[in-house]
Amino acid sequence: MNLAELTVHEAGDLLRRREISAVELTEAVLARIHEREPTIRAYITVTAEEARQQAAAIDARLSAGEDLPPLAGIPIALKDNLCTRGIRTTCASRILADFRPPYDATVVERLRAAGAVILGKTNMDEFAMGSSTEFSAFHPTANPWDPTRVPGGSSGGSAAAVAAGEALAALGSDTGGSIRLPASFCGVVGLKPTYGRVSRYGLVAFGSSLDQIGPLTRDVTDAALVLSVIAGHDPNDSTSLPWPVPDYRQALTGEIADLRVGVPIEYFGEGIDPLVAEAVRRAIRRIGDLGAAVDEVSLPNTPYALPAYYVVAPAEASANLARYDGVKYGLRVEGADIWETFDRTREVGFGPEVKRRIMIGTYTLSAGYYEAYYLKAQKVRTLIKQDFDRAFERFDVLAVPTAPTVAFPIGARVEDPVAMYLTDVFTVTVNVAGLPGLVVPCALVHGLPVGLQLLGPPGSEETLLRVGYAFEQSGDWKAVRLP
Amino acid sequence: MRISLDEVDHIATLARLGLTAAERERLRDQLGAILGYVSKLNELDTSHVPPSAQVIPIENVTRPDLVRPGLSVDEVLANAYATEDDYIRVPPVFEEE
Repeated sequence: MNLAELTVHEAGDLLRRREISAVELTEAVLARIHEREPTIRAYITVTAEEARQQAAAIDARLSAGEDLPPLAGIPIALKDNLCTRGIRTTCASRILADFRPPYDATVVERLRAAGAVILGKTNMDEFAMGSSTEFSAFHPTANPWDPTRVPGGSSGGSAAAVAAGEALAALGSDTGGSIRLPASFCGVVGLKPTYGRVSRYGLVAFGSSLDQIGPLTRDVTDAALVLSVIAGHDPNDSTSLPWPVPDYRQALTGEIADLRVGVPIEYFGEGIDPLVAEAVRRAIRRIGDLGAAVDEVSLPNTPYALPAYYVVAPAEASANLARYDGVKYGLRVEGADIWETFDRTREVGFGPEVKRRIMIGTYTLSAGYYEAYYLKAQKVRTLIKQDFDRAFERFDVLAVPTAPTVAFPIGARVEDPVAMYLTDVFTVTVNVAGLPGLVVPCALVHGLPVGLQLLGPPGSEETLLRVGYAFEQSGDWKAVRLP
Repeated sequence: MRISLDEVDHIATLARLGLTAAERERLRDQLGAILGYVSKLNELDTSHVPPSAQVIPIENVTRPDLVRPGLSVDEVLANAYATEDDYIRVPPVFEEE
């Protein structure tokens, strides 16, 4: 048994029974990081010494007979857009290359309070803008299933780390699919919670009406465990929902015979790899075999979600990234006067995709264009939401593909922004509507993982996890070894 | 959709974003392609649809106006490029006449 390949709940059981120590577990994962990082490059920063100290502290508490919190001794990785006190938080950008936040994000505080061992900060597309992790200013990350392919993005480092045994679980952020797409490409579970379910305090802002933090894990039980720790109201995030937080593991009953599952026909149309579509349809048939009532449904405005997203997200990004001006923190490149200093700092500090988004966002918000683009997109957003509202009158859950293809080769879409954006066509819909989405591995196609995506109404995480768990337990994915 | 280099320069100035000559040319073509793609939204009649600025049923969140401990001055200034006493030092904004 390699400890680095355990799930969070398996490792937690072994720790509580004192069959392994937290130090042994952390050392096993650090050894795996040492072994795999030259190929995978999932991390920007590994905090090995701090991790060892945290693990030793957990062992001391175990020896003292303390009743330990839910994630005690579990080695977890954090996407590098989550603020960590005193630990470099770069957003994979040159403009924040040396930024050490003075505080922990709320999710980081909650993980620490739950006993988690923080392994380090994972690679991502710069400021979470991208679908492949190739837009990191530092280095690309390789897909553990095939290192010539991308891990998906933007939380590609988090997904690759979990798939490669370089972390038992990780946190990512999802603005247009950035947790779910890499989960699908790397064969792990990824959950984007309802907008507001998890506090975003200390998450570097990208698209503020869309951003949400969530877990990437090896199975559905672990996703439920981590969500139970990080979810909940936070007075420091005025958009966080004041809803009670259940113990999400209690939802994993294995029973789904009372549920109605809708299959939106628009997600199986033009542009999807037929083998991916067939794999997802096979997964949905199995959900039917488990007793759920499955039927087709139409969400006619689905084709407009992606263009609406690529107006709203860059507009919000261009406003959020205005703060990087070389004055209060971050890179400064001196110019002849303050204006040239702003221009030069941002020219040198931002990479190509971030510049594209800032330009698009500034254009669509500029005088004369606001109504044609931004206001139009906000209206289309209403139509997308109405489609979902109507579907959820008839169905508890919708089952769809996560992406039109399996992981694509490194370099294939970097020069063609529209082709890269189309990668997100099946994931942006729930961000636009604020809904939760869960990705569970369902098949290998062309030797690469494919994720089944389950969508639900606001606050339906328990239902999504229940369906995901029943599906996972009924299948043979558990027998698929880590790459 | 076609975007001119003058438009690229105008937007870059609004965004306070310096661009290299190669970036200007590339962005002219790519912005045109992206704006062309998102113009698909015009296929929809939205004249009677209200805009959604946000998606959750939360409005006007306030908290009690209480004094709470915050970061120390040293912590706040630790990441600044230049400081003087307890302040962030910034380049001059107004030019001398």
